[in-house]
Amino acid sequence: MNPILFYILSAVLSGLVLFGLSMQSKVKSAVSGNLVCVGVMCFAILLTLVNANAVFNWKLWAAMAVGAVISLIWAKKVKMIEMPQTVALLNGIGGLASALVGSIELVSSNSTVFADITAALALVIGAVTFSGSLVAALKLARIFDSRPSKLPGHSTISILLLALCLIGVALAAFGFRIASLIICTVCALLFGWLFALRVGGADMPVAISLLNSLSGVAGALAGMATANVLLVAVSGIVGSSGLLLTQIMCRAMNRRLMDILLGKTVAIGKTAEKQTDITAESSVKITVPEEEPIEQSPAFSLKNAKNIIIVPGYGMALSQAQHKVKELCSRLEANGASVRFAIHPVAGRMPGHMNVLLAEADIDYEQLYELESINDDFKGCDVVIVVGANDVMNPAAREAEGTPIYGMPILNVDEAPEVIICNYDLRPGYAGVENPLYSRSQGLRLLLGDAKESLEILIGEL
Amino acid sequence: MNNILLHPVWGPLVLIGVFAAASILGYMIIKKVPSLLHTPLMSGMNALSGITVLGALIAGATSSNMIPSLILALAAAALAMVNVAGGFAVTHKMLRMFSKKDKEDAQE
Repeated sequence: MNPILFYILSAVLSGLVLFGLSMQSKVKSAVSGNLVCVGVMCFAILLTLVNANAVFNWKLWAAMAVGAVISLIWAKKVKMIEMPQTVALLNGIGGLASALVGSIELVSSNSTVFADITAALALVIGAVTFSGSLVAALKLARIFDSRPSKLPGHSTISILLLALCLIGVALAAFGFRIASLIICTVCALLFGWLFALRVGGADMPVAISLLNSLSGVAGALAGMATANVLLVAVSGIVGSSGLLLTQIMCRAMNRRLMDILLGKTVAIGKTAEKQTDITAESSVKITVPEEEPIEQSPAFSLKNAKNIIIVPGYGMALSQAQHKVKELCSRLEANGASVRFAIHPVAGRMPGHMNVLLAEADIDYEQLYELESINDDFKGCDVVIVVGANDVMNPAAREAEGTPIYGMPILNVDEAPEVIICNYDLRPGYAGVENPLYSRSQGLRLLLGDAKESLEILIGEL
Repeated sequence: MNNILLHPVWGPLVLIGVFAAASILGYMIIKKVPSLLHTPLMSGMNALSGITVLGALIAGATSSNMIPSLILALAAAALAMVNVAGGFAVTHKMLRMFSKKDKEDAQE
């Protein structure tokens, strides 16, 4: 094919991808936007095959068919609750594919220095994406402990591995292809593994977004190694999207990216000691609400409430309580109340996690509000129901200087006159900071235990 | 083939330029996606990162006489297609869930 024609078609296809993505910024057009991207992908594959004179290469078609069929069956079976690990795993597979392309280009002898370097880099970043995403997926699927784990000399080993990766890339530039291949593969896989091992549960949204971005970068490098503009352009879009999400997540947690990468998850030392004192103190206060007259059951205030806000958190995902939340929501609405959902950007384990679960339970997306648009309404509402959320509404973020969550934007649940908390227990959330809301003397109901059962009690009493 | 991308100086410059331009444009457009749709956005991006299948196809088409490279290329093509098909299917599933109500309204 004429290269000029190929460039023009590549530009058109890249433009269409951007168009499809811009359609995904509205719920109404998002499904079509996704289909535009599907179309672009099919056409891009055809174009590449034509360009490489390989339209009738049955082996290529067979390989693609195997991958597509396996994943379509998988996608059909996957449940919404498994979405975080699915996204992580898919991400890792993309990284692996780019790493393989990089390694093929690396060992092929008839290439330029630029192609060799980019191939080695694609191999490194692809392999990091693969092993990092794999660990993240295992943590999200709760096969691995989701707490950050640190090996002795973790940072030193990581830096050493990174340096070895760079040496491996340099070897590729000087033509030592096989040595480069081995060093890059081993060191990058280990580095990715160590990187994700150190990321704890609530930092997962950041880690997944970052790995998402890396899978794009790996693809772009593979594109540079194979001198394919289309691959470079589309992968560039993927890379920037992941980077954008990473930024949004970091801002929502008031964390610096480097702190998360270095595993500075929780300042365990000092704060832990302080917390034990607070716990001892607050456990006394917590009993206060339980001593209140029985006729004022949680449902009593709900029956008379007209303006209700529900705050979901990772606990809702864990107990799969989203359908019970929907049931409660319908009951309350039948009572004439208006029910809205306040969703913190980092609630859950990946960007948009809560929205997906609530949408699965048939809750109208127009009832879902972002932090900025609902935060001033907590004052004026009648009741707030918290379902498995803690850190995202911890007022300590405003006052307790020096704690890990200080300065993090939170949902102003404490401003509400009446709060019903359906959490598993009163232990501090992931950030390890005691929540002063739990020891509030007035307008607080605690329904401890599995969120699903707590919600059932509420629904039963209504 | 007189391909500018294979030129030792211009090739890398053009490719890096394309990468930068695509990243910036993508960043501007994706910024408008609300946090409501961030999970489908991520899985959609997963699918798009499967575009690396193009690299696998090129490698597979050019290395048909080298068995190890061919096997790697075919594996890469299969894996990338897992991403493409799985990613798009999962995204479709999620987006349909969000717009379920709109469709019901339209049918009524």
